[in-house]
Amino acid sequence: MATEILMPALSPTMEEGTLAKWLVKEGDTVSSGDILAEIETDKATMEFEAVDEGIVGKILIAEGTEGVKVNTPIALLVEEGESVDAALSAAPAADAGNEAAPAGGSEAPATPAPVAAPAAPKVDLSPDWPADAPMKSQTVREALRDAMAEEMRADEAVYLMGEEVAEYQGAYKISQGMLDEFGSKRVIDTPITEHGFAGIAVGSAFGGLKPIVEFMTFNFAMQAIDHIINSAAKTLYMSGGQMGCPIVFRGPNGAAARVAAQHSQDYAAWYMQIPGLKVAMPYSAADYKGLMKSAIRDPNPVIFLENEILYGRSFDVPQVDDLVVPFGKARIWREGTDVTIVSFGIGMQYALEAAERLAGDGISAEVIDLRTLRPMDLPTVINSVMKTNRLVTVEEGWPQGSVGSYIASEVMQQAFDYLDAPIITCTGKDVPMPYAANLEKLALITTDEVVAAVKQVTYR
Amino acid sequence: MTATRKTSRKSNTSAEELKHYYREMLLIRRFEEKAGQLYGMGLIGGFCHLYIGQEAVVVGLEAAAEEGDKRITSYRDHGHMLACGMEPGGVMAELTGREGGLSKGKGGSMHMFSKEKHFYGGHGIVGAQVPLGAGLAFADKYLDNGRVTFTYFGDGAANQGQVYETFNMAALWKLPVIFVIENNQYAMGTAQKRSTSSPDIYTRGEAFGIPGETVDGMNVLSVKEAGEKAVAHCRAGKGPYILEVKTYRYRGHSMSDPAKYRTREEVQKVREQSDPIEMVREMLLSGKHATEDDLKAIDKEIKEIVNQAAEFSKESPEPSVDELWTDIYA
Repeated sequence: MATEILMPALSPTMEEGTLAKWLVKEGDTVSSGDILAEIETDKATMEFEAVDEGIVGKILIAEGTEGVKVNTPIALLVEEGESVDAALSAAPAADAGNEAAPAGGSEAPATPAPVAAPAAPKVDLSPDWPADAPMKSQTVREALRDAMAEEMRADEAVYLMGEEVAEYQGAYKISQGMLDEFGSKRVIDTPITEHGFAGIAVGSAFGGLKPIVEFMTFNFAMQAIDHIINSAAKTLYMSGGQMGCPIVFRGPNGAAARVAAQHSQDYAAWYMQIPGLKVAMPYSAADYKGLMKSAIRDPNPVIFLENEILYGRSFDVPQVDDLVVPFGKARIWREGTDVTIVSFGIGMQYALEAAERLAGDGISAEVIDLRTLRPMDLPTVINSVMKTNRLVTVEEGWPQGSVGSYIASEVMQQAFDYLDAPIITCTGKDVPMPYAANLEKLALITTDEVVAAVKQVTYR
Repeated sequence: MTATRKTSRKSNTSAEELKHYYREMLLIRRFEEKAGQLYGMGLIGGFCHLYIGQEAVVVGLEAAAEEGDKRITSYRDHGHMLACGMEPGGVMAELTGREGGLSKGKGGSMHMFSKEKHFYGGHGIVGAQVPLGAGLAFADKYLDNGRVTFTYFGDGAANQGQVYETFNMAALWKLPVIFVIENNQYAMGTAQKRSTSSPDIYTRGEAFGIPGETVDGMNVLSVKEAGEKAVAHCRAGKGPYILEVKTYRYRGHSMSDPAKYRTREEVQKVREQSDPIEMVREMLLSGKHATEDDLKAIDKEIKEIVNQAAEFSKESPEPSVDELWTDIYA
């Protein structure tokens, strides 16, 4: 039975090529692996090897022929004693093309039609904890430790790994006392090698554990970002749903104080972009606790962006058995009617201060804490904008490609008709963080700037 | 090329065992040849890295593994998947990007996984699988289950920083991981002597106290023997072990590699003098363990399996458009 040899595709983008040279002639016996011809692709000249054994019965395309389409029969391989003519008449020449790959991209991606004026989106307004829950003042630091310790007591597969988390009791004392309670098997000091230990932690999550990885700060996680994104976030998809990665990457993010450019960067907008990751950036101690407990239980990789300045700040934390705050649910800190201010993390401090001052000027601001950036509770934002018709976003990160610019584009697309003023996105300045105290202050977002932005959108 | 030693320890290797190696290696080779053919027909797209020439490495090490042991590798991964028992049809259908592929067509040649067979990928970023593999071993040690992890990487990846971060932690924490360096002598198109300051990669663990040895990767029996030694070391709780397996890739780095960085004669010489499948074939025949007809029957059986896999990979439909949006979050 004769075999047709087809013009091969020899690069991901090749559609046709030049049959530069035949290295066999009619009558030659070939076996698997022998070089048959040299073919010029769009990128290079490639040797083309035989896959099947046989005798070169007929060369159908002469050497030097240009523009030979992929899958065109270029030669005929016959078996011992088989006549070429018989083979030629029997060979299903026309069928060859039918085996070609199906045309890719036949399904055009569905572009959502612009929505002019949506009905009010569905918003989850249920309380996170019972209204009568007893409260206790706790720092963010204590809330984080309690959350991790409670989850480690509940699940043997959860462990904490990072630089100085064990014997030093945490570079920022978040893991204070945890080594004593859980031992060195579950509270593990690492060498200062983020790339390596992040990879080991991700591998251990593939292997059935639930790691919490502390980065001393998220600035250092840039050395590990390949494992966070390529290894942790994408594996569930790449494995067709077989293999997930339950892991929490946590640590302080954003500017601290006077530590300059390499130690003062807000990564919210970076991680928020990645499908497969979840991203939390809480403000209050109760949310730190409730979201950390959710993050540890989540079967997906979670980026948990903390803030060094907030670590020592105290908030009321409800004393309930199992404080769990869901991802994707914003919190309305202050109701208002004239403008919506959306923020998250330490940005909330400026948003709340601004709202207080604005109230004195007779402007009623609604303040929304997103709490998680992926998933992001846009319905709560849009619902609020439909009431106030004005929006200001507040964050510490840089302006280009900021969290605020994403929110602004979504609100513009989904609630354009409700806006009475352009949205203003308040961000940090577009500079690396300076060291000098006066310059540092100028680089950060300020309450004054938020107040000014609100006055601008309310035309006051 | 160090693989010139053609002597065998045939005395203590049974006919059945040899036949098993022959069959397994032939399956990989025929599968890869078919994959190359389907690529040429435009049925497989993107990057496709063939394992032809390196078959003895993974077949020898699989012979040293026990049920439950784990393996993880780079993007040149089809051989590893077949050797640990993953369905050839499912692998081929992933290459063609079809619904019947092991990742439902969403991973492709470089990204496949099987929880059932303890195969943890298929990773497309050079060197990334090394800490991931040590992490699998970390989990095994944490769970105290006695398992070991085979972490495969190439001579190119052996120069990555994360490899040495991992060596340090694996030795420090005595992780049951075997670092298998498949030294096929070319990091894509860069010969080892042009990329690597010290040629003996197996000694790179010395600074961390990790024992290492070099193995003739064209001889499946040598690989198996070295694998058994490494496994015993790990299972005894002595920490990691390095095997530098000297092998050779017959084909280009990927399908679009014109391979101008080496001569045709160099490739031909290895094929003729050190082919791992020919070596076992010779042992079987000269030791009267099998006749030409026996081997022909195996060849036929393998050809049939590969043809079926190819048929399945062509017939399986493209994934449903709904699949675009699934498996992003668990």
